[in-house]
Amino acid sequence: MEYLSLFIKSVFIENILLAYFLGMCSFLAVSKRVDNSFGLGLAVIFVLTITAPTNWLINHFLLLEGALSWAGLPTVDLSFLRYITFIAVIAAMVQLVEMVLDRHFPALYSALGIFLPLIAVNCAILGTSLFMVEREYTFLETAVFGFGSGTGFFLAIVSMAAIRYKVRYSHIPDGMKGLGIAMIITGLMAMAFMSFSGISL
Amino acid sequence: MALLTPQNKRALMDPLVLNNPIDKQVLGICSALAVTVMVKTAVVMTLAVLFVLSFSNLFVSLLRNHIPGKIRIIVELTIVASLVILVDQILKAFLYDISKQLSVFVGLIITNCIILGRAEAFALQNRPWPSFLDGFGNALGYGLILIFVSTGREILGSGSFFGIQLIPQAFYDMGYQNMGLMVLAPGAFILLGLIIWLQRTIFPYVEE
Repeated sequence: MEYLSLFIKSVFIENILLAYFLGMCSFLAVSKRVDNSFGLGLAVIFVLTITAPTNWLINHFLLLEGALSWAGLPTVDLSFLRYITFIAVIAAMVQLVEMVLDRHFPALYSALGIFLPLIAVNCAILGTSLFMVEREYTFLETAVFGFGSGTGFFLAIVSMAAIRYKVRYSHIPDGMKGLGIAMIITGLMAMAFMSFSGISL
Repeated sequence: MALLTPQNKRALMDPLVLNNPIDKQVLGICSALAVTVMVKTAVVMTLAVLFVLSFSNLFVSLLRNHIPGKIRIIVELTIVASLVILVDQILKAFLYDISKQLSVFVGLIITNCIILGRAEAFALQNRPWPSFLDGFGNALGYGLILIFVSTGREILGSGSFFGIQLIPQAFYDMGYQNMGLMVLAPGAFILLGLIIWLQRTIFPYVEE
């Protein structure tokens, strides 16, 4: 039950994009088309569900203070290497996922296209791993949180793309076109998502 | 060699307003919104980005003829990540409170699109000194927007500026209330949208 509650929280109330602003760049660039948004959203869910637990394992068995006690080094604290390790893991994982998809699921691979490699530098991915450390989640919580964050991103980007599709036909002041109106819409969406707060299962 | 040839000066000054990284190039929005609840955190964040962006551009440019094209993203990320670790350790040592407030966002400078964007678009093709200036200018342009957004959010949301109370207690007694929306995420989105509108009206630019 608590896992379901954590999932709901990470999808709606603490949406990685609308409440913490992570992944805005790709969100703004890709949400011009619904089908591309769909592809990117799926790829993000996929990569987040894999990288968050992987980084948890690395953090707990290699980096944290005392984590190396299994190797006979109980006093070593490598946590200052966290950023560089996490980003390396993410880049490597994305590469791996890309190769597996290319070999076994060519249809999905070509649907995701260019977005897969770009995910390595999406702040939502690194952000989820860093939040996982800061909030001291357990392994299972991390897995649920990673999947929930990805789903939240997917939901936000697909609905944004749908709204922007409609906005194309409205009269907007010249300076507001494009980025300006996109920010205002995102603000209104964030307000709507916030109305989920207070829900706990 | 003159330090500021007209060309170098353009690399430094253009990103301030005309080619602002946030407004125009749409880079680095995530962190711009997240750290702008207070002006103080915004200033510290700007300084951190200033340091990382200038030096990452410098190092990428110095190594530009030695980096193999296929693995350049990893090499760039390694350079950036090392610089960010440096900034993070310095913040933790000397500004612990602010480093706690910025929480994960210092680490997220690594994936800030401005850094990789400028490395790819400028530093890989240019000499070290112009690249350093380009990084410096882009970080200043980024900081400018951060200061604008955070000033608006802090005054409207908390009634203060740089931690100093601006709106007198008498107003609150008469029923004035802080605008809670500004402290939360939606306020940041809407304020930035309005700033972009203003900027694009003053310097006409229409996006199709």
